[in-house]
Amino acid sequence: MSEAREYQHIGQRTIRPDGFDKVTGKANYGADLSIPGMIWGAILRSPHAHAKITSLDVSEAEAHPDVFAVATYQDFPSVNAEAVAAGTARKDLFDTAANVLADTKVLYHGHAIAAVAARTEAAAQAALELIQVAYEVLDPVLTIDAAIKDGAALLHDNMMTQGLLEPASAASNIAARMELKKGDIDLGFEAADIIVERSYETPTVHQGYIEPHATTVRFDDNGPSMIWCPTQGHFDVRARVAQLLNMELGQIKVVASEIGGGFGGKTTVYLEPVALILSKKSGRPVKMTMSREDVFRASGPASASQSKVKIGAKSDGTITAMQASLHYEAGAFKGSPMGPGCMTIFTPYDVENMYVEGFDVVVNKPKAAAYRAPGAPQAEFAAEMAVNELASKLGMDPIDLRLKNAAKEGTQTIYGPKLKTVGLEACLLAAKSSPHYQSTLQENAGRGLAAGFWFNIGGQSSVMIHLNPDGTGSIIEGSPDIGGSRASMQMMAAEVLGVSPSTLNPIVADTEHVAYNQTTGGSRTTFATGMAVIEAAEDIVDQLKARAAELWNVTPEQVDYKNGVAYNLSSDERLSLAEICAKAEKTGGQITGRANINARGAGPSFAVHLCDVQVDPETGKTDVLRYTAIQDAGKAIHPSYVEGQFQGGAVQGIGWALNEEYVYSADGVMENAGFLDYRIPLASDLPEIETIIVEVPNSFHPFGVRGVGETGIVPPLAAVGTAVSEAIGLPITSLPCSPPKLLELIMKRG
Amino acid sequence: MKTHVSTVVNGDAVEFLCSPSDTLLHALRNEIGLTGTKEGCGSGDCGACSVMLDGALVCSCLVLGVEAQGSQVETIEGIAHQDKLHVIQEKFLEHAALQCGICTPGLIVSTKALLEENPAPTEEEARYYLAGNLCRCTGYDKIIKAVMDAADVMRQGA
Repeated sequence: MSEAREYQHIGQRTIRPDGFDKVTGKANYGADLSIPGMIWGAILRSPHAHAKITSLDVSEAEAHPDVFAVATYQDFPSVNAEAVAAGTARKDLFDTAANVLADTKVLYHGHAIAAVAARTEAAAQAALELIQVAYEVLDPVLTIDAAIKDGAALLHDNMMTQGLLEPASAASNIAARMELKKGDIDLGFEAADIIVERSYETPTVHQGYIEPHATTVRFDDNGPSMIWCPTQGHFDVRARVAQLLNMELGQIKVVASEIGGGFGGKTTVYLEPVALILSKKSGRPVKMTMSREDVFRASGPASASQSKVKIGAKSDGTITAMQASLHYEAGAFKGSPMGPGCMTIFTPYDVENMYVEGFDVVVNKPKAAAYRAPGAPQAEFAAEMAVNELASKLGMDPIDLRLKNAAKEGTQTIYGPKLKTVGLEACLLAAKSSPHYQSTLQENAGRGLAAGFWFNIGGQSSVMIHLNPDGTGSIIEGSPDIGGSRASMQMMAAEVLGVSPSTLNPIVADTEHVAYNQTTGGSRTTFATGMAVIEAAEDIVDQLKARAAELWNVTPEQVDYKNGVAYNLSSDERLSLAEICAKAEKTGGQITGRANINARGAGPSFAVHLCDVQVDPETGKTDVLRYTAIQDAGKAIHPSYVEGQFQGGAVQGIGWALNEEYVYSADGVMENAGFLDYRIPLASDLPEIETIIVEVPNSFHPFGVRGVGETGIVPPLAAVGTAVSEAIGLPITSLPCSPPKLLELIMKRG
Repeated sequence: MKTHVSTVVNGDAVEFLCSPSDTLLHALRNEIGLTGTKEGCGSGDCGACSVMLDGALVCSCLVLGVEAQGSQVETIEGIAHQDKLHVIQEKFLEHAALQCGICTPGLIVSTKALLEENPAPTEEEARYYLAGNLCRCTGYDKIIKAVMDAADVMRQGA
């Protein structure tokens, strides 16, 4: 039983092994590598949101003496239908290519068109002006409503809606439709005494990582070409670049630099394939960086959404039916997170009758990228707001209403499996007894509560642990450390080996020095890579026993190993790990443990957040007075970094709820492409973020771990939205609750 | 035409060549090779490039490289004494006040400036002083706890 175990290291608050480098400026991030002979790349970006490229002339730029190479879409050799059809290339390969360098159309303001490499950064920027582009400007399509109305300008002339009951007969801006159902939704509403029905919308937002995208590359015909970049998944960068440039995986080495935030936004490629083309053509190493403006205009926003939700309940609070229709903006190319949105929206509820449909809609904005629990915050915002409205109409406590209908072990999800052991009820009970919920609300304030669900994933991880002759060692892993995961790996290995964590040095290896690892995402790293670390350490324990047995001339079964020491069961002899390593020369050489796994059984993580706000009636500004995040971690390996995930997710959600949004001009230009005007939360905007770690162990993980990275961004939108609604006495249906919007509501109210 | 600039960075006499439009941030990172100072925005909004210039806290992306002529620059690389971390650095690690770490150099430089100006800040004063340093990972909670703890320890040591 995981919960009964006593741990030496798990649950302690150790100092992270990469900490020294990160507080002294020694750690090297994406833009920090320079190579002798290196030149600089720069990208020409579209001044239009939607236009056909009628001609593109790069000859003048190519002829300039400072310019070493120019790249355009024509330089992608392998973007061919055969590889996609054969399943050897990702289905979105064409889209990825046309996103990093536009093909025949530009689809958003800031869309990359061509790149140059020149002697200096300034020379590369100057050379962009030598490129001649002619456009036929088209109507920009900037909202879901504009995209789906009859006669809308089409972004892609051949895009037929997938997933319709009858095959589509004409092209449209709706890339796909899906539906999920359980029970009989009509019967469910017939059984209801009360029905709540409302529409909600959320804006386009950005992940807002502080480190802009950057890369340094060196093409090499005779050995692997090198790509250095900050990424959540260097193996995925390797695969995408290989497919785009028709190379074999072994011809590319990707080195994951330290990464300055990602939140899902660094799970694709932008600069890397372009830089490698420039390096190949010029024969020089090439460095490219994005400006902050480029980051906003041409990388990763999270989808804006429109949601309709209808919930029916008995007068005792038993929910009988939940229904939703969700539209997500995909940006310029298909692929919004409408799928996970549909799957997660009602998962906190054990309700018999459910129906959800989703639509993936293209618009003239940057191609949406993953953002922490992709799709879930938008969908669950709508569901949780409606559930709170239901609680209010029923006169029920919002926690009691949720407890009455809470998903639990055995609950049939709308997307297929039944839930295993989950911690939603535990989180709701912890919320109910929390100091925050027990406290009296300040005058003129509002309090909101919301639940949140995210699946979490497992997947492939590969780890090796090498021991040195003195018993120290290194953990060779391949999961970029985005928030302190090296510390967790060190602690889990130390727990199994019975040694001090500081004797083991975790290293995030490049794609040549460790086997394949899936991207750091889906809250998978501490769960899945952690499981591989544990298996590799257990492999070492087996070897240590065998080596000790050989030294003692007994069988391995006669050796026990605990707390870093091997015991000879047939005598009183003992040998520490370090002593066995010191004698390894005599027993067959040094010791390496390894594990290559595909981890199953990722445990979903539920959360409940509480928020108190006050709204200034004269300015419409909202102040967050108190905030508590409660979440099931299964088992917190390093509690400080678990709390940090809860707090970071909560604050990103607070930003999404209160201030953050892409503001567009009528012609499709983002008007707030900088941190001054796209306002992410500041230290002065926030109170302490209180946390409660709930631990309902995941029985599929040796220590009970559930991923914790993503769920924390799911509840804040509705927790804040409900608190604001309570504070001003008006329904909130549209985020962000920015001062001008709230002021308008307050003025109308009078 | 490039200008020859002589300055002192973290106590070391340093010379570099710089174009009139190059920022101090550019000079530190690309001419002097001190990449601990980070660029997050290039417009003075995020504080990742915070350094001390003649005792004043500045965004080095808003200062020209030529302005460093004859001045004293202190960067993140100058805050620890070899392997001995400054108490602010120790407290950031102890409180897990960094996740990705990209904002950390700027925050540590700014925190040092705060505590030199105001050795006993209230939590609210600390939050407002550090409002120019954006962090997207932590929600600031553990950063503020580290800052307040460092202030306590530094006052006791003084």
